[in-house]
Amino acid sequence: MFKATLKSLLSRKLRLVLSALAVVLGVMFVSGSFVLTDTLQRSFTDLFSSAFANVDVSVTPKAEKGKEPVPLTPQAISDVKSVPGVSSAIGDVQGSARPIGKNGKVITTSGSPRFGFNWTGTGQEKIRDGKAPAGENEVALGAYLATTGDFKVGDDIALLTLEPKKTFKITGIYEYAGGRDSLGGELSVAFTEPVAQQLLLGKKDVFSGITVTAAQGTTDDALRDAVAAKLGSGYDVKTGAVLAKEQADQINEGLKFFNYVLLGFAGIALFVGIFIILNTFSIIVAQRTRELALLRSMGASRGQVIGSVVLEALVIGLIASIVGLGAGIGIGALLAKIFSSVGGTDLQLASIGVPMTAIISSFAVGMIVTVVAAVMPALRASRIAPVAAMREAATPDRPLTKITITGALVAAAGGTSLAFGFNQASLPLIFGGILVAFVGVALLTPIMSKPMVSLIGRLLSWSMPGLLGRRNSARNPRRTAITAAALMVGISLITGVSVVLTSATKSIEKLATGQLQTDLIVSGEGQMEGEPATFRRDVLTKIEKTDGVKSAVGWSQDGVLEGENQLFAVGVTDMPAMATMFALKPKSGTIAPLKDDQLALPEEMAAEKGWSVGSKVTLQLAKGEPKTYTVGFIWVKSQVLQGALVLPESASANFRSDQIAQAFVQVSPGVSAADVQKRVEPLFADNPEITVQDRSAFVKQTTSQFDTVLLMIQILLALAILIAVLGVINTLALSVIERTRELGLLRAIGMRRSQVMRMITVESVVISVFGAVLGLAVGLALGIATVQALKDQGISEIGLPWMTMVQYLVVAAFVGVIAAILPAIRAARLNVLDAIAYE
Amino acid sequence: MSASDGVAARAVDVWKSYGSGDAAVTALAGVSVDLDKSRFTAIMGPSGSGKSTLMHCLAGLDDVTSGEVWVGGTKVTGLKDRGLTELRRDKVGFIFQQFNLLPTLTAEENITLPLAIGGKKVDKEWFDVVVDTVGLRDRLTHRPTQLSGGQQQRVACARALVSRPDVVFADEPTGNLDSQSGAEVLGFLQRSAREFGQTIVMVTHDPNAASYADRVIFLKDGHIVRELLSPSAEEVLDTMKHLDSVVAVPHV
Ligand SMILES: Nc1ncnc2c1ncn2[C@@H]1O[C@H](COP(=O)(O)OP(=O)(O)OP(=O)(O)O)[C@@H](O)[C@H]1O
Ligand SMILES: [Mg+2]
Repeated sequence: MFKATLKSLLSRKLRLVLSALAVVLGVMFVSGSFVLTDTLQRSFTDLFSSAFANVDVSVTPKAEKGKEPVPLTPQAISDVKSVPGVSSAIGDVQGSARPIGKNGKVITTSGSPRFGFNWTGTGQEKIRDGKAPAGENEVALGAYLATTGDFKVGDDIALLTLEPKKTFKITGIYEYAGGRDSLGGELSVAFTEPVAQQLLLGKKDVFSGITVTAAQGTTDDALRDAVAAKLGSGYDVKTGAVLAKEQADQINEGLKFFNYVLLGFAGIALFVGIFIILNTFSIIVAQRTRELALLRSMGASRGQVIGSVVLEALVIGLIASIVGLGAGIGIGALLAKIFSSVGGTDLQLASIGVPMTAIISSFAVGMIVTVVAAVMPALRASRIAPVAAMREAATPDRPLTKITITGALVAAAGGTSLAFGFNQASLPLIFGGILVAFVGVALLTPIMSKPMVSLIGRLLSWSMPGLLGRRNSARNPRRTAITAAALMVGISLITGVSVVLTSATKSIEKLATGQLQTDLIVSGEGQMEGEPATFRRDVLTKIEKTDGVKSAVGWSQDGVLEGENQLFAVGVTDMPAMATMFALKPKSGTIAPLKDDQLALPEEMAAEKGWSVGSKVTLQLAKGEPKTYTVGFIWVKSQVLQGALVLPESASANFRSDQIAQAFVQVSPGVSAADVQKRVEPLFADNPEITVQDRSAFVKQTTSQFDTVLLMIQILLALAILIAVLGVINTLALSVIERTRELGLLRAIGMRRSQVMRMITVESVVISVFGAVLGLAVGLALGIATVQALKDQGISEIGLPWMTMVQYLVVAAFVGVIAAILPAIRAARLNVLDAIAYE
Repeated sequence: MSASDGVAARAVDVWKSYGSGDAAVTALAGVSVDLDKSRFTAIMGPSGSGKSTLMHCLAGLDDVTSGEVWVGGTKVTGLKDRGLTELRRDKVGFIFQQFNLLPTLTAEENITLPLAIGGKKVDKEWFDVVVDTVGLRDRLTHRPTQLSGGQQQRVACARALVSRPDVVFADEPTGNLDSQSGAEVLGFLQRSAREFGQTIVMVTHDPNAASYADRVIFLKDGHIVRELLSPSAEEVLDTMKHLDSVVAVPHV
């Protein structure tokens, strides 16, 4: 039996290569993800251990719960110095410093930090050009910043720190061990110590930490214990190794999540792959009906027939896994290289490694997917009656009743699971529901394919080749349906996401026009990251005094502690003005300026906490002692202002930063917002991180992130669609083989090569467009269901991405044309006489 | 072709060999023949004598090793694929032994297929004549799977005739049919030649089938060895029997 299986495998090279390719691509995605994240993780671990290479023990002030850590004093440093076993103890000053490029824009990174520190001469940094900063107006730049911003020794550079823009003279450029420009793509500047303290910590004579080195003969652990004992509580004392690990772990946690996302998409690709392989095996079994029946009549048992098909699947799965693993290692290495060299990471890549998980999952996934796909066809093969060997190998149109009923049930089960999932906010139920629903819809496609295909085909069949192509695509509803369903999966997911994002955009736009009664919005970069750039209070005063401004409100923001809970709070300058601008309606209490011990909050938060007007709430702010506030005002649930406690302006003084994070401006009646914008903008000339936008620009900026999300998802789903295209090619190639004699006949009675190619292309386009139409329909349903479920999250409107959907249709038609190229050429090249004689 | 008007297709010293070296097989060894217009010609001969090969070469389905082939006013030898395709579409009709029809098309669509492929209009009158002659009027909307073998062959005949080709080639058109259905098809081919002046060339093994023809050409080992005009089935059978003793004379 094994020999027979191998023989039959080899005789079907082409179609097996095509279907195995589907598995190869999926496995490649899986192993590539593992290799990429593993390599990056080890690179980051290396990065941090080199970053802390000359730190034996580090001391930082311990933050009390909810409070900002108190900076270290010189006293602490001398205390550490006095500990036996300490070789050196050097005070570190570090804080955010954002360089401004020569074009006047702030230089950004893709995630790597931007900071400044005090030049001590004892760190890892070595001067490459020039000299260390010595004067109040001097800085040295990390070589990476110098290259990124094209700075040279002697140039000026403007920096944003706790203070507004300030310009320095560059005296030197430094590098790291081995001549590296940076440790990991960070942008750093070195100041003299007093300047660093003033600009980065806001105070003279304070430090953010102490770097301690051990004297000969003292271990790091012993040193840590000794230092900790000397300083007492109030300090975090850690060894450099522990710190390196902590930081690496933090990044690696993020990478793990990234890996899950990649694996999720790999799963989708493999899911699509199952369809393709299922199709191939069904076809192979159908074509082998005679052969299998012969085997049966010669005494092969059902089990042996099943075994032979499953064995075939296992061999394919095994080969595909090996190839996929190899390709995945290549792709993972390539992506890691790209990651480390572009996008401003400048990461020193660790050697490419192949983790065990990659190998195991590659084989598991590759083999399981193939075998799962082969089970149904294998069962069908085993039911072939021995007498079928004697009959003309006609494949009667099996009725679609059973498959349709099963499909309806499965789809309903998927839908139910989806509904429950949304209800319980359970991701596994949601994703499981979607997958099951896909299977259900796929089972329903054969019954749909007849009317749909003839409808789509009608548009394409103006000529005889077109008509033949259309009829051909309707010939085998199951095969057409599964091929189309594979394409449906990718397209429906993109469409679904697209519906949700369009709805979100529409909802935000509606909110902005309906409830945001503000004409200009002043905000800093990094609102989304939670650490926005801020500006000084006196600038807000200047805005208020600007010609044409009716009122201006600003707030500073921070996290505050209520018992054990962290809450988001803003300290607002003018509560009544804010209520007007956000169209807040009182639920209870009255809109009035907040007294120093009053706060306001939205009704849903009040309900959750069980607070009402008059309730006493004790809050711990970043600075100072806990303070008790009285609830003065509760507003009716609003989509534009939710999840925030509103504190009086005086509370801002105890926030980490009392600067304004966001401000809102209403212009006087009859004044144009654009004019006022022109007058307000110059106030931020020295603060390029702050932008002044009118309402529509603000909305656009908020919603523009959705485009990025959609693009990412499209890129990640491209593989699933590519696999589906392979499926179309596969189906067409098989059609060409099966219909060799018909093609020969057509050519014999005078059909031109170009007409043959057109016929195949029409068949291909019909299948692709059918898949796209299904995908759009299912995607719309998924998207609308999701939007309904997210109603409470503020997506109140349903927006349909018509343009995008039309684009997908066009792309699908195009994909059909591409997929047809090879099979069409093959068909056109057939030798007429051989084709007619083909058995 | 030195277009002598009475000739629909002509082979001039046609050689055809397959393969090369030791394995080379000479299927046609210098065949020259004129197929007269409006005549029903049968080609006979033992298996492997080159009947099908000759027909394929005449019909532009295969190229010749040497010699020339003409159909109507067109020199077939030397035509490229496009020219050959158009020749087959416009000047030649085909009836194969089986699998003549496209299963996705109705009988009517199958009949008009060559015209549709060529983007030509159907001559309704002629179509009706052909359909009525083959007796398929009430079967036009049926798919091939709904037709009997004889009916399928009649559809194929109708298709071969509907574009009024210069020559209709039929390779054992009745090979798969019982004698009753075979007789219907043969009778129809005979009438097409007599009543409509359609040139027909048919390869057959069956002396009875050959007796419907106006002229029977006998092939042996790639040579034309005999020919009979309007023979009876007995004459054909007799000739076939004695073909073995005939020594093939190479054509000069
Ligand atoms: N494609 C081919 N390759 C090699 N040899 C061929 C090929 N086609 C035909 N032949 C050989 O050419 C010779 C003539 O074949 P042809 O098919 O013309 O015979 P035929 O008279 O039609 O026979 P039959 O009555 O069995 O159909 C045979 O010897 C055959 O083996
Ligand atoms: Mg033959």
